[in-house]
Amino acid sequence: MGSHGIKDRVAIVGMGCTPFREHWDKGVDDLLIEAAEETFASAGVAKDDIDAYWLGTAQSGMSGITLAAPLKLEGKPVSRVENYCATGSEALRQASYAVASGAYDVAMAIGVEKVKDSGYQGLNAFPIPNDGTNRTLTAAAMFSLIAPAYSKKYGVSEDELKEVFARIAWKNHHNGARNARAQFRKEMSIEAICSAAPVAGGLGVFDCAGVADGAAAAVVVRAEDAHRYTDAPLYIKALSFVAGSGAGLIDPTYDYTTFPEVAACARDAYAQAGVTDPRHQIAMAEVHDCFTPTELVLMEDLGFSERGHGWQDVQAGVYDLQGELPVNPDGGLKSFGHPVGASGLRMHFENWLQLRGEAPSERQISTVRAAGGDRSLGLVHNLGGYPGEMVSFVSVVGTEPG
Amino acid sequence: MRGILSFGAYVPYFRLRREAIVAAHGGGGGKGTRAVASYDQDATTLAVEAARLALRSLGEDARDLPASLWFSTTSPSYVDKTNACAVHAALRLDRAVPAVDVNGAVRSAVGALQAALAADGPALVAAADLRTGLPNSTDERDGGDAAAALVVGAATEGAPVLAEHLGGASLTEEFLDRWRVPGEPRARQWEERFGEMQYVPLATEAWKLALERCGLEAGDVAKVAVSGLHSRSVRSVAGKVGAGTGGVVDDLTTAIGNPGAAQPSLLLTSLLEQAEPGQVVALVVLADGVDVLVFRTTEALAAHRSLRTLEAQVAAGRDDLPYLKFLSWKGMVTLQPPNRPEPNRASASAAARNEDWKFGFVGSRDRGTGAVHLPPARVSYQGGALDDMEPLPMADAQGTIVTYTVDRLAYSPSPPIVFAVVDFDGGGRLPVELTDVDAADVAMGGRVEMTFRRLNAAEGIQNYFWKARPVR
Repeated sequence: MGSHGIKDRVAIVGMGCTPFREHWDKGVDDLLIEAAEETFASAGVAKDDIDAYWLGTAQSGMSGITLAAPLKLEGKPVSRVENYCATGSEALRQASYAVASGAYDVAMAIGVEKVKDSGYQGLNAFPIPNDGTNRTLTAAAMFSLIAPAYSKKYGVSEDELKEVFARIAWKNHHNGARNARAQFRKEMSIEAICSAAPVAGGLGVFDCAGVADGAAAAVVVRAEDAHRYTDAPLYIKALSFVAGSGAGLIDPTYDYTTFPEVAACARDAYAQAGVTDPRHQIAMAEVHDCFTPTELVLMEDLGFSERGHGWQDVQAGVYDLQGELPVNPDGGLKSFGHPVGASGLRMHFENWLQLRGEAPSERQISTVRAAGGDRSLGLVHNLGGYPGEMVSFVSVVGTEPG
Repeated sequence: MRGILSFGAYVPYFRLRREAIVAAHGGGGGKGTRAVASYDQDATTLAVEAARLALRSLGEDARDLPASLWFSTTSPSYVDKTNACAVHAALRLDRAVPAVDVNGAVRSAVGALQAALAADGPALVAAADLRTGLPNSTDERDGGDAAAALVVGAATEGAPVLAEHLGGASLTEEFLDRWRVPGEPRARQWEERFGEMQYVPLATEAWKLALERCGLEAGDVAKVAVSGLHSRSVRSVAGKVGAGTGGVVDDLTTAIGNPGAAQPSLLLTSLLEQAEPGQVVALVVLADGVDVLVFRTTEALAAHRSLRTLEAQVAAGRDDLPYLKFLSWKGMVTLQPPNRPEPNRASASAAARNEDWKFGFVGSRDRGTGAVHLPPARVSYQGGALDDMEPLPMADAQGTIVTYTVDRLAYSPSPPIVFAVVDFDGGGRLPVELTDVDAADVAMGGRVEMTFRRLNAAEGIQNYFWKARPVR
């Protein structure tokens, strides 16, 4: 027994990502076609060259036909997967394992979400018949529980913490302003962020990720075949997933300052990839900044900051675009919004650009070898659910085998 | 000897000042307040509150005592379906205990009480009502929302008779005083003088008859309560009947309003809370006829402890409810809801499977590790043992707020939602919605207790579950 991972056995050889927008004029089919075509072109393949597809969507369609029909795939296996807000990453994980197993030579992971057809603000889960006793809180309210808990545990005043959260939002909007695919491309001042209308608990509008439609995709092949498709493949170093037991909701020892699922997931991913000092070995991270307190806690759960010191690192600019370890250089969920099935693949797409030195110069980070730095690893963290009951995905990707 | 073994009254937390009604309609003045059920309460949940108080003051095992449950209201959430079954489930009464509604008319409640007093075995008799009328009506102003529950029967181990039922009288006549078409919020009334000419002679006659049957003189009666929606007759009867007795108790209309079907047992509760052992007390009910019930309190009354007295509840209300909010809670105006999907109907089959949790707030406890699971689980989060759990009733547990938040975006019939993570005394944690609370008053470390509420309703299905409220 053990989690062995598939380090360096699979590589991403092409990626694509639509702009994330309120795509009033595009349906699920359009978004899937756009992301798929861009990705086929990136990898230099046609749809028939792909042996199997994994489609991630939380609630924009059911079954593989959601992809097979618009792309008119003939005789291809298409699996539709769902794993809360980590759905897009789950599609990549499944496609990678299928290739690593030898079952298929070439696989595509594609994620999509058409959120803006619901007629409501925010994300609204598809209702599953139940006994009516489930919580009906918004995700914002559940994540807002972090702030007072963190404040109390580490003796940071709630006012100071509010500034830390605002700085996270400021940073992600700063980065997103430099990204043509992002939904929100305007820099926000700390003052404007702090004075936004309250949504839940201490969280204001700008502490919350937006909502958008979008799609993104990747083509994966066996590592030894990668150079047939590209001179600069992105090797899969680690893929880790943890589905929480929900114990955090009912266990009185849980204190809302950490996500144990994420910490466990990161440990597993680092073991698979051979990462022992994430803060200094990893060049960049795309993390699930659904709410600003989430990103703060993630800095500690992912091992980038010491426990209780993440807020100081945020304030010191460690995670800024040209900081020691850039986090969400593409602007994150804050700037992109969160089409559930697509977000995980959008995060990988930024790694694809940055690690290979293909990000636009206004936001190219300098920690990576391709841009004069000394690091070659990137990280994606994607979560779904709430504090106490969540799923967590962590991947490590790199431009160099070994 | 049969009589009253326990009693409990419940007055909701919110009050509407009558001057707020008058002011909203452009006038001045207005005296007192009326009790208002919160947006998440209906007659069923009010009855549960009162019945819990009545049972709990009998002790830990009291829920095994009732052999039947009778529930009366003029404002049922269901017809065709029995509302008493949800009360039965919330109280975790035994399956062998029948639960029935005696609903519809205001008089049904006192009828159920008389039937239970005459029946075999101990009975739990609950009545609850939510009263209002069209905006600016007398019924809106003078109505009130409340519940009361009595346990009646012969003395049993641990449950002595507190007030012996000496007898009474009932007179019935068909005359049209007050009526309401099912489903309509507005009751109509014939000319007031006509009702008075019917009720006052009937009450005088019934009172005389009741005293004769009990072998009593008016002077033997220490206290009388007069109940009825025909307020002019109530005043008149109180004057006539009360004259030779020790006095008439306040009918609480000024403080909480008239809770219709719940008023007779509410006033009986008030009588018993004020009475000394060995006193005769009488209840006169004017509703499509007249019913008189006469009791003599026993020595056991002195030892009886009300967990939450009616007097304390009347005094404890919060009286700043805005009139417009009152109207929206009563369904008289529809306020703009948050732009979020409305809840789906609760699944009948899922609710039935999870009855103990949903209605009874029964969790489970790992027999090996003691870990508490809310909701109950088959596999323990601590140690992973399978199917080694015992049921753990938690409805009476109190807890402490660990952390909390205010959700301004989520759907609620009355936003915003205030939500807390609660650690219960003796173990167990639940993230749970708070109610009867102002967001500004919530704090870490605050103490809460559980209350049975209606979370929402969809397609006519009432979605009942528990919330937490501050211990007051």
